[in-house]
Amino acid sequence: MTTVAAKPATMAQALNRAMRDAMAADPAVHVMGEDVGTLGGVFRITDGLAKEFGEDRCTDTPLAEAGILGTAVGMAMYGLRPVVEMQFDAFAYPAFEQLISHVARMRNRTRGAMPLPITIRVPYGGGIGGVEHHSDSSEAYYTATPGLHVVTPATVEDAYGLLRASIASDDPVVFMEPKRLYWSKADWNPEAPAGVPGIGKALVRRAGTGATLITYGPSLPVCLEAAEAAREEGWDLEVLDLRSLVPFDEEAVVASVRRTGRAVIVHEANGFGGPGAEIAARIQEKCFHHLEAPVLRVTGFDIPYPPPMLEKHHLPGVDRILDTVARLQWEN
Amino acid sequence: MTVQELPGAGASHRSTPPPAWRPRTDAAPLLPDPEPYRVLGTPAAEELDADLMRRFHAELVRGRRYNAQATALTRQGRLAVYPSTVGQEACEIAAALVLQEQDWLFPSYRDTLAAVARGLDPVQALTLLRGDWHTGYDPREHRIAPLSTPLATQLPHAVGLAHAARLRGDDVVALAMVGDGGTSEGDFHEALNFAAVWKAPVVFLVQNNGFAISVPLSKQTAAPTLAHKAVGYGMPGRLVDGNDVAAVHEVLSEAVRRARSGGGPTLVEAVTYRIEAHTNADDATRYRGDAEVEAWKAHDPVALLERELTARGILDEQAVQAAKDAAEEMAADLRERMNADPVLNPMDIFAHVYAEQTGRLREQADMLRAELDAEEQS
Repeated sequence: MTTVAAKPATMAQALNRAMRDAMAADPAVHVMGEDVGTLGGVFRITDGLAKEFGEDRCTDTPLAEAGILGTAVGMAMYGLRPVVEMQFDAFAYPAFEQLISHVARMRNRTRGAMPLPITIRVPYGGGIGGVEHHSDSSEAYYTATPGLHVVTPATVEDAYGLLRASIASDDPVVFMEPKRLYWSKADWNPEAPAGVPGIGKALVRRAGTGATLITYGPSLPVCLEAAEAAREEGWDLEVLDLRSLVPFDEEAVVASVRRTGRAVIVHEANGFGGPGAEIAARIQEKCFHHLEAPVLRVTGFDIPYPPPMLEKHHLPGVDRILDTVARLQWEN
Repeated sequence: MTVQELPGAGASHRSTPPPAWRPRTDAAPLLPDPEPYRVLGTPAAEELDADLMRRFHAELVRGRRYNAQATALTRQGRLAVYPSTVGQEACEIAAALVLQEQDWLFPSYRDTLAAVARGLDPVQALTLLRGDWHTGYDPREHRIAPLSTPLATQLPHAVGLAHAARLRGDDVVALAMVGDGGTSEGDFHEALNFAAVWKAPVVFLVQNNGFAISVPLSKQTAAPTLAHKAVGYGMPGRLVDGNDVAAVHEVLSEAVRRARSGGGPTLVEAVTYRIEAHTNADDATRYRGDAEVEAWKAHDPVALLERELTARGILDEQAVQAAKDAAEEMAADLRERMNADPVLNPMDIFAHVYAEQTGRLREQADMLRAELDAEEQS
């Protein structure tokens, strides 16, 4: 059994293993980005890949994100399966034109003749004490662009399974890695890692009956902690991990909220135009008659990401989640 | 603390910096010639390959006719827009004909003629500009990338594709086309830099036609020539008369040979002129005078070649007439086929967004389907 050999492993190790296994399984998989070769990436996620597969398969590129993604497009046009690392969330912005004008549209533009199987890995989110431009939650920019999938793991096991599935996808995937969970640990067996059947399925991480916390990526551990603390208040919270924002698992969200009758969406990204706005709209479309209370959100404030010494006031925390849960009209 | 006390002072002190500060490559061989290279009207024309030149002539005549027909189609409402290459046919034809079967062409939105000269059906090449779909052909079947509308963004694609082919050991060269305005874009810079670092088998062809819509080159760059930009990336820059098809073909051939043999990329600047406005929707009289246009018309790429070949006895009246007849035939066929309304299926807008449609798209497709059904019944 796999559980026999399972031992504590980090999300970083699982991501590294996912790329290593994908590269071993398919010679078309090429990893490229800034510092991904000799150094193994600034977060060491690509550690050892250049040594094992050679610099042609794991390539240190010039420091230019549009060039990295633009050349990846050409490589994918020729039949390769590039896995691109953007060093930080805010450093991915120079690549936006390539992403939005080409990566997201090439399949559609060519009536399916030329899909682009590119995985764009983006470390995202705050809570690491990073200086400006190192802590953005940029997912809404990507979810607003048709043609892209947007996937984000929150656990060690998903880091492996979802990254393998993303690399295997024939469509471009923006794979958002919650950087503050890179060193989070869980029992995991790297020799027999579990895959996932595909992207686009949410998972109930904690079953509950009173309300659903809908979340993803870096906010999952916060929500689980909040759900635990909520027991003392007499609230039995369900926690749903979306795992991918596009495709969006509406079925799972609707099923959970119809069961619990209350919903709070939690993410670090700004509230205005953030994923929570879309999710709340869908819930009221599909669950209106099942709702006991208005759908609420706990999100980052609508401000540029604050300096690191103030970020704790910005990020959704357990207390703010519990305060919000308290407003779910429990008297009904 | 004094200098003597600093770590590294004393015996280990070096009077010259470590060697890394020196230039790594000799810039001189990378520099373009001071004047655009020419063949027609020079002694070099004595070496011309008669068969190849007759073919160029026929293609230029056809290209000129294609431009006229496409512009006419905009007036008839059959094309949404057409960016003309009248005056630039030599570049378009040479770019297409310099490539081998397995090579790739990366055209900009203005370069439908190059795609047609490479063998693409003009109706398929014009799909984007007609507006019935974004790309009318399978890029892999023809080895022609989709016409790129965002300027210079196709250049890194060419680099990546050529790099991938080289990694696989395939004999493939990519030729990427861009205009003078496009050289100001960041993607131009990044593509040239990646290509040079990777020694990718790419040829960059800049058609300097004098204007980026209305903005003249003097407001676009302070570089001595656009070809000089190559030197900063460590690749050769070549300057050529873009209206001299023999010269453009020769310079491109040399660049393609260099790329194919592992020598890396080349930047070619072809100096030419956009005789017509930016598109049929533009008014060129607002930003340039007739005298300038007339001067360039006197240096017309079709007339230049025809004069040279006729004088040398390579082309006779019969051949000129045959070229014109073939061009008319192409134009008549294009006119007839473009005059037929394209068959559209509105549901196609949902069909290719993803390999597998998302739930949301299924819902929206159902909504449109219902609207279409209701329309049909009423």
